[in-house]
This record gives sequence, structure tokens and C-alpha cells, in this order.
Amino acid sequence: MARYLRPQTLDQALALRAEAAAGSQMLLAGGTDVYPVRTHKLAWFEPDDRDILDLGAVSELGGITRGPDGTRIGATATWSAVIDATLPPAFDALKQASRQVGGVQIQNRGTIGGNLCNASPAADGVPPLLALDAEVELASLRGRRRLPLSAFVLGNRRTALAPDEILVAIHVPNQPQGARSTFLKLGARAYLVISIASVAVNIATDAAGAITSVRIAVGACSAAPQRLPALEARLVGMAATPALADAVTADDLAGLAPIDDVRASAVYRRDAALVLVRRALAGLLSSPLEVAA
Amino acid sequence: MNVHDRSALAPSPTSDAVGFNLNGRDVVLHDAPETRLSEALRAGLGATGTKIGCDAGDCGACTVLVDGAQACACLVPVGQMAGCEILTVEGLGDHALGAALQKAFHAHGAAQCGICTPGMLMAGYDLLRRNPQPSERETLDALGGVLCRCTGYLKIVEAVRDAHRFLGSERSAVDADGPAIGTRLARLDGLPKVGGTDVYGADTAPDDALWLRAIRSPHPRARFTLGDLDAFVAARPELVRVFTAKDVPGENSFGIYPHLKDQPVFSTGETRYRGECVLAVVGEKEAVEAVRVDEFPITWEPLPAMIGSAAALAETAFSLHDFVPDNVLTRGRVERGDVEAGFADAAHVASGAFETGFVEHAYIEPEAGYAKRVSETIQIFACTQAPYMDRDEVARVIGLPLESVRIIPSACGGGFGGKLDVSLQPMLAVAAWVLDRPVRCVFSRIESMISSTKRHPSSIEARAACDTEGKLVAYAMEGDFDTGAYSSWGPTVAGRVPVHATGPYKVPNVRNLSRAIYTNGPPSGAFRGFGVPQAALAQESLFDDLAAAAGIDRLEFRLINAIRAGDTTPCGQTLEASAGLAECLEALKPHWQRLLADAAAFNASESRTRRGVGIGCMWYGIGNTGMSNPSTMRVTLSQDGRLTFWNGAVDIGQGSTTVLTQIAADALGLAVEHFDLVLGDTALTFDAGKTSASRQTFVSGRASEAAAAALRTEILRLTNAGPSARLSLDGATVSVEENGVVARIDLAALPSKPDGTVLEGIGSFDPPTVPLDEMGQGVPYATYGFAAQIASLDVDLDLGTIKLNRIVAAHDVGRAINPMLVEGQIHGGIAQGIGLALMEEYLPGRTENLHDYLIPTAGDVPPIDIILIEDPEPLGPSGAKGIGEPALVPTAPAILGAIRHATGVTPRQVPVLPHRLWELLREKEGRS
Repeated sequence: MARYLRPQTLDQALALRAEAAAGSQMLLAGGTDVYPVRTHKLAWFEPDDRDILDLGAVSELGGITRGPDGTRIGATATWSAVIDATLPPAFDALKQASRQVGGVQIQNRGTIGGNLCNASPAADGVPPLLALDAEVELASLRGRRRLPLSAFVLGNRRTALAPDEILVAIHVPNQPQGARSTFLKLGARAYLVISIASVAVNIATDAAGAITSVRIAVGACSAAPQRLPALEARLVGMAATPALADAVTADDLAGLAPIDDVRASAVYRRDAALVLVRRALAGLLSSPLEVAA
Repeated sequence: MNVHDRSALAPSPTSDAVGFNLNGRDVVLHDAPETRLSEALRAGLGATGTKIGCDAGDCGACTVLVDGAQACACLVPVGQMAGCEILTVEGLGDHALGAALQKAFHAHGAAQCGICTPGMLMAGYDLLRRNPQPSERETLDALGGVLCRCTGYLKIVEAVRDAHRFLGSERSAVDADGPAIGTRLARLDGLPKVGGTDVYGADTAPDDALWLRAIRSPHPRARFTLGDLDAFVAARPELVRVFTAKDVPGENSFGIYPHLKDQPVFSTGETRYRGECVLAVVGEKEAVEAVRVDEFPITWEPLPAMIGSAAALAETAFSLHDFVPDNVLTRGRVERGDVEAGFADAAHVASGAFETGFVEHAYIEPEAGYAKRVSETIQIFACTQAPYMDRDEVARVIGLPLESVRIIPSACGGGFGGKLDVSLQPMLAVAAWVLDRPVRCVFSRIESMISSTKRHPSSIEARAACDTEGKLVAYAMEGDFDTGAYSSWGPTVAGRVPVHATGPYKVPNVRNLSRAIYTNGPPSGAFRGFGVPQAALAQESLFDDLAAAAGIDRLEFRLINAIRAGDTTPCGQTLEASAGLAECLEALKPHWQRLLADAAAFNASESRTRRGVGIGCMWYGIGNTGMSNPSTMRVTLSQDGRLTFWNGAVDIGQGSTTVLTQIAADALGLAVEHFDLVLGDTALTFDAGKTSASRQTFVSGRASEAAAAALRTEILRLTNAGPSARLSLDGATVSVEENGVVARIDLAALPSKPDGTVLEGIGSFDPPTVPLDEMGQGVPYATYGFAAQIASLDVDLDLGTIKLNRIVAAHDVGRAINPMLVEGQIHGGIAQGIGLALMEEYLPGRTENLHDYLIPTAGDVPPIDIILIEDPEPLGPSGAKGIGEPALVPTAPAILGAIRHATGVTPRQVPVLPHRLWELLREKEGRS
């Protein structure tokens, strides 16, 4: 019979993780991905009898804190916690994404760490965190390690999380002076919608109005959301005007690998992603720049 | 601390207690910690006000507040609730603002079927606690996680924003002395809905009820063989029995039409659609939920399937049912005039091919109920739209006389046609009958979606023609409707489509042909409109083409051709009265001009967003097509002065309980609040017919009027009073006042029937129709509803996305018995029309849940202006006709017309998903 394990500390959790056979344990934080899967399996007479490791009581996994080296988002911080946190404009994209994940019910329970570990190609938390150059901190009884987010989310439902590991926190390094960000999500209805495509852009400019840093990430257009490094490199140094958006071409998005599914066709996704990238850039660059004093 | 010491870890799945505060009361649960809070509230704590719609966070019906923040209780493990404060609908009224919100919902008509109401209330209260007077945007954001299929959300948003005005105030009563008809009377069954106490199919069952789960085909077509079922059961002590086809005491089949009982209760060797019921396991709840498909003794052999009408019509197609070798279940035909001559002489001809897909009803209440054997009779409590048809099906399956089957409808959490067919009733009856124990069943969302009927996918080719003045001269269409694996209401759709396919217009030369085609899809059945919405998409689109070709404004074109009283339909029926399309169009004219001007101004800029305006019209025959569909009602007075309305019509949220009582009240001459209601129980009420075809207000309304009038006549006869006398009821005394003279009837002194009844009135009505002949000529309906709607929307040319700005809806309802409920029907119908046009597409195996199958959310329904036209129908109660289906039909055509107006491209396939519109736009840009 399946066990429900609710450790109170990270050490306890890691010990329970270490003793579990691979694949025999389900990590649960907010429950917003765990239960829908159980519902689907039960409907087809495949009741889930894995143990549940409930991380909700482990206080080390929660919280959003800012320190000299950047911002730490605990793995079990909820979308609502992100929305309510006082964070610089570079985090606006993450906040905007947080407001568009499910309904408020989901935002109140679902966690950022769960979103990363669930590794849906359409996960709305991933592009904004990629655009923040975030790292993930993983822990096991063997020790701790850090990975760039892009090296953690590997593909559709596939991550670098080892069977004995737990995602502890997301670390966002200090962002360039004046960095701002935006997130655009495309879906077929207003609320409760899985992204057809999504784009997060994080940008910073210098006093002369040139781009000093830009990071662009696209979701739902490849097995894992991904950055567009060649485009980013090309844009650095260019003048930060809305017209810059026109410099982005389909070739810049050639590395994406969208699929056909019930929500949209691959060819549409590819073009929509281009439109969203251009709009995100134009939107960020048409609002008044915050010039450093 | 030793991490292997589990005492602090709550490791045991069963023994640990979890304590929390529920609605101000400390409770302790002993459920397994992974138990969903929704399940624990309902089963463990009896708090069934929290509803379960999907168990996946997709619908929000189970929304509760956890420590003051809204959450889907279906996604919350009980193990996380220790020490938490949980507020559910049962505790909402203890808070002043919560009670105010409930009053506001009731007064605004924000609850229709009521199944989403608890979730909506909790989501709304979550907002109001922090922000008592929220903006529209804030309200939408707060409610965005709760789906409603009935209301179109507008009255819910109004109620939330207006709740602060209900603080401390009592509901304003409607003037008790005036007539009930025409008032915005709050639903008579509304308080239990806003209180969370209404009892739906999953909310109750006898304590000793066993649980039943159906095992269904995972393949569209497959052979199966069963192994040793007895051994399987024997190895699982908590399982009681597995039921298969051979366990059915009577006939192992059901179906809407007496000659088409083609769907098995339990499949016999070969399944015909994904979701078909093969067998049922019965036992204790945990045991039936623990059954594993990989352990169950069944083997499948998938077979090639016919998917779509074209496959079933191909020369190589096999016969799905032996009795229909060519897979054509039914043909429908309406032919009048000389259609080829009409086209030959026409000035303008338009033609096109149109495609629609399966559409899911997506009522928020999945099918649920229980069956109980009582000696040699069987009782079934379940959600339904058609208790008497359920009775007949169950009697046949068990082999009982009709009077040995009692159907007690639960509160019905939405139907829209999908609960006209039996679902779990036959198998529950079989199990309860054989075991002589109560048996219950609650479908999961997925089971509901894979097993239930759908709107027919359609492939329609149509031609339309007009003369130089824009007068229609000919219309011809051929439509194939994918009726899926079993007949269900397929013949009804095939019959209704050709009658309506020319739309509400005068067309002298017509040939409309339809076919219902058997395939290996899910059974297509009844869904709000019975095929008419699909046909209207084709026809209205072609009329836009003709208007353009003739150089006539689209609204004017429709006005020129609008059918009016005195005109003859393609069936040869002359409309005697109450044909209000022209009035609808006249009423829309200023809105049309304003919205067109607004679009022109908007489009004057060089934006990549283009604004468009479209118009759609419809007519809809009320009641069954060319066949009898009577209703009988009864109103009684008992010895103790109780006035009872015995009403067999099932209120599935549309409001018949309220509307029919309003009609009865005025016909009798006593106020609504005097009435006790007995509703839809086959043992207690007469057959009012099914809740479908927009017929209850018209047909049962007339029966209610007649029943109440008969009782009034009896009272007037006893007091020798004239027709204008005023009645009053005080205790067991009826007073009859005429010209200042008062006569009294002492009810207690009258001889009574065994049930205490001393006076009664019984009334029936069957709308007069004439069956259609082989050319479709006759009188299919006694009356028709008419409507025209305008849609204004913006298209993003780069993304193919659509944002609706406004819908203006003009509906001829004959007479609005209750304008608030009529508006609710129009809002809800429009929301479903939006879904049909823009997002809904059921794909077996792919969109079988409410996150892949999209229905409109609170943010997808724009402001709606309603204009009610009351062109009275002489046959209707106080002139009333139906509104349920008419509300949906014109919306999608208006939206498609607006897309075309905005972009110049004409979608001919729905839903117009962003990528589909984008492809059309790219094709157009490629051409230009």
C-alpha cells in the first residue's frame, strides 16, 4: 500500500528520497500536477500506487529572499508568492507568467519548483526564469549541486533531477542595471489555458540607449523551452528602439522545433513565436527607459 | 534526530488523524493523507456543497478557501490540511459579505443549474474579502478559474460586483399582488443552489450502497474476450460482482427510438467506439477504485475503425450494424418548388462546403446517481433531462412493467441535450436488481466525456441564389452528420436539419437533404439545437456572399427575405402568427449602424488588428418535429389548505420550475408563494415530456396554464362566481371575492382523496403538428422562435486570434414569462455559440478532459445587449415560446460573418482556432 510521507526538514526528505527505489516515489508540493495525472490514470484503471513524498512542510524549500548575490526562490514558493513578492522589474515577466498559470486556485497552491520538475514543454515558469539566467539548486544525501536551468529542464517531462535528489531553490543572479522584462502568452481562451507559444524577454540598456544585455526565451515551441542565444548576441549593442523588433527574422528562431497538436500546428507555432518575440521587444522598448541616475 | 524515526513524519497512510477547522468548527479526519480535500469534505464530513467537476483543477467547481485563499479542493491532499482553516459554501452565510454574495447570486439569477455556484461563490468571496467593490477586470481575474456552462458568466460577474449592496438587506420580494408573468422572479429553486444544499446525483445514496465502475473500450473498434471473472472477484474480498451482457435480466440494449434500440448496456464481443461500456465492477469503493486494467481478465484485439462520415460511406466500408448495410441511419428531406429552375434564373449564386466537429456538452456535473431495489420495483435517483424516457428504458432492460420503475431526478447540474439519453441508469438498475442492494455510480470527467453523446460533426455542401433585388430564389443543401456508433438522437437531427436549413427566410425553391451516418465515433445525440447550429453556419455564410454579390447591406438582405406571419415555409406551412424576425432586425438596425461605423473608424488606422461586425439569424421549431409531444400538469388543493403544483418537467437549470409556477399562479389567481412544488418524480407527477427542443415553457407552460385554470374553474363553480373573481387562500379557506361579495370554501369540509386532495385541476397540451410527407411537407412545429444577433470582434492578423467586443441579441420569445431567466438563457446560449465558433473540438483520445477541451471562461464572453421582442404566439401560455436553443444558433454565424468582415477571409470550418484563421490569412496574403 502506498505511503504518504510528509517530512518536516530537508534532511528527512532527502533520507526518504535516498531510500526509495527509483520511480517508486512521487514528489508532491502544491499537488496541482500530481492529482490531474492520478485522475487520468484512475479513469483508465491504472490507480497510482507510488508513495507520495509531500514537501509542503519543509520550510527550507520555501520563501523568496534577496541577498547580495541575487534572489533565491524556494522551490515550494507558490505562483501567488511570486506575484506578491517585492521584486525588481527584471522579474516582471515571471510575475506576468505567474498570473496566467491556471486560475487563482492553481496560483495559490502550485509551486515554481513543481513547474520546473514537471517539465511540460508549455510550462509558463520556464521561459521567464531562462530569461533571468536562473540556476537550480539540487540536493541529495550525496551533496548539493547547481545547474543552469537550461541544463535542468531537458525535454518533455524530462529533467536532470536524479532519483535521490530534490530541487531546493531557484537562484536568480543580480540582473544588469535597469533590466526590465515582459512575458507574452498565446492561448485559445482567456483563462485556464495551456500555452500555444510563450515568450519571455529580459532587456537592459545603457545611458546612450544601446542594448547592453538581452535574453529571450520561447516556450511550447520545442521539447523544452529554450533561449535564442544567437539572436541575443546579435542584438547587444544595437539601439534600443521599437524598430529593433523588425530586426528579428524567422531565421533567428530556426532552432525551435515546434510540434502539431490539438492546440495548434507546428508551422503556426513557429510564426507565432516570431510575432511574440517581436512584440515583446517592441513593447519593452516603446515604454520609457529607466535611465540610471 | 534520526531521520529514520518515522514518528514525526506522518508515514502511515491510514492511522494518522488530521485536524483542521471547517467553517469555524474543529474537525478531525482519519482519511488517508493523500485523500483529496474535496473527497474528504464530501464523503468524510458530509459537506457535499463542494462539488466535483473534473478532479484535475480544470473547472474550479470544488473551489474552497484554505487559510483565506481560494484553492481547488480536488488538488489538495488532506495531509497538508493540519491546522488549516477551511471555508466552504456551507459556512459562507456565517460571514456578512458571504451571505450578501449568496443573496446577490439569487437576486441576479447568477445560478442556473447551480453546480458551479458553490465554486463561484467561494472564488467571488475570496476576492470580496480583500476588495468589497471590485472592478470588472478584478472580478474576472478572480473567477477565471471556475467554469460555468449555463450562464455565460455575465450575471455572476454582476452579482459579485453588486454583493456589497446586499449587506444586511433582505431580498426584495416581487409584488405579491400583481401578476407573476413578466416579473423578474428569483428562481423558486434558487436558495438551495446558492446555499450549497441542492442535492445532485453524486450528493446522496443509501448508506449501504455499493459502488459501480464501468470498464470501457479504449479503442474505437475492438473485439474483446473475457477471462475468469469469478476468480478475479474471488481474489478481491471487497469486490462483489462483475456484470456483463449475460447478467442483464431483460433486453441488453437501449436507444431513443423504439425501433432503434441499438446501443448495448454491456458490449457483446465487439465495441464500436472508444468509451463504450463493456462491463461493470461492483463492490466497496476502495475495491472498485483499486481494480487495475493490467490485472483484469480482458484481452483486446483492436480492429480497423471508420472515423468520420466519409470513411463510413466509402465503397470499402464495412457495415457497422447489420440492419443498416450502407451505414446511413436516416435520411431527411425537404423539397419544395423547382430548385434547379430557381438556380437557373437567379442573378447571384453562392456555394460552399462547411465542416464542423464533435462538440461536448461539458455540463459541469458528471453523470451520477444510485439505484435501489424495493421488492419487485426499482428506483433510480440520478441526473436526467427525461425521467419518463429513463423509466421506459430501465423497465425494458430489467424486464419490468413501466409502473415498477420509479425515476427520481436529482438536481441536474446542466444537460444541454447530453442527459436526454440514459447513461448509468441501466447498469445501475441491473446491478441493484440482481444484488438486491443499493448501487451507486459517479462518472469521472473523463468517463463522462468518452461515454456520453456529442453534437454531430457535419459536412455540408450548400448553394443559395437570389435575384437582382436580393430576393432569395433557391436554396439547396446536402449535409452528412456523423452520428457515431449508435443512433441516439441521430434521426432527430437528420429530420430537423432540412426543415430549418434555409433559415428564417422566404425561399420558394428548396431542396434540403440530410443523412445521419453510422461511424466508429462516439454516439452523436442531442445538443442544444439538434443540428440546426451546424446548418445555420453554412446558410448564413452563403447569404453574406449573396448580399455582397447583390450589393446589399447584410442586415437589409436578411430583412428583405425575412419570413413573416402569413408566409409559407419550405415545408408548406403557413405561419399564422408570432414570426418576429423582422422586428428583431429592425431593433438591431441602430446597433448595426453604430458598430459598423465603429469598425470603419477603428480600421482607418494601419493597425495589424482589424475590427469586424457580423450578423446571424435563426428560427427554431419548438417541440418535437411533426410528432406528438404532450405534457400533463396537475394543481391540487388539499384538506389542510396546501396548494401543490405537481410538475413533471425537469429543471436542468433553464428555469422551468419557476416559469411554469408563474404561469400556473396567474392562471389560478393565487400568488407564487402559495405553491408547494412536487417535481419530476415518475411516481408522483404526470409525464411532462423531456426537457429538450425548447419545449417546456411552450408545451408544459400551456399544460400548467390549463391545469391551474381547471382548478380555478372548479373553485368558481363551487362558489358560483364569475371569471373575474379574485381568489385568496388563508389556511384551509379559499375566499372568492366578486364585486365586493366574498364566498368561502372550507377545504377541510370537502370530501378528500386518500392523499388529502380535495380539489384538483389537470391540464394537458400537445402542440398541433402534421407529420412530414416524403417531400418534407407538413406542419413540423406549432410555433417557432426567431432571433438575430450581431457580433463585433477584433482579429489579430499576425496571430489569428480573436477578441470579441460585443454581442447584441434580439430574440422573439413571444412573451418573456420571466425576463431575467430569458436573459440567462440567451447569455448561456451565446457562450456556447462562442465555444462552437472559436474553441470547442472533441477529438476522441485527445481532448477528453477540460484542459485539452476548451470551453469559454469568464474572460471569453463579451458584453451582451439583449433586446426582447414579444410577438405573442396565440397557442403559447400568455403568448410565450421557447428560448433555450434559439439563444445558441445565431452566435457562431454572426462571429464568422464578423471575421470575414474584418479580414476578407471566410472560415468554413469551426472551431476557428488561431492557427486555422492564421492559415486562411496567409493564403489570402499569398494570393494578393
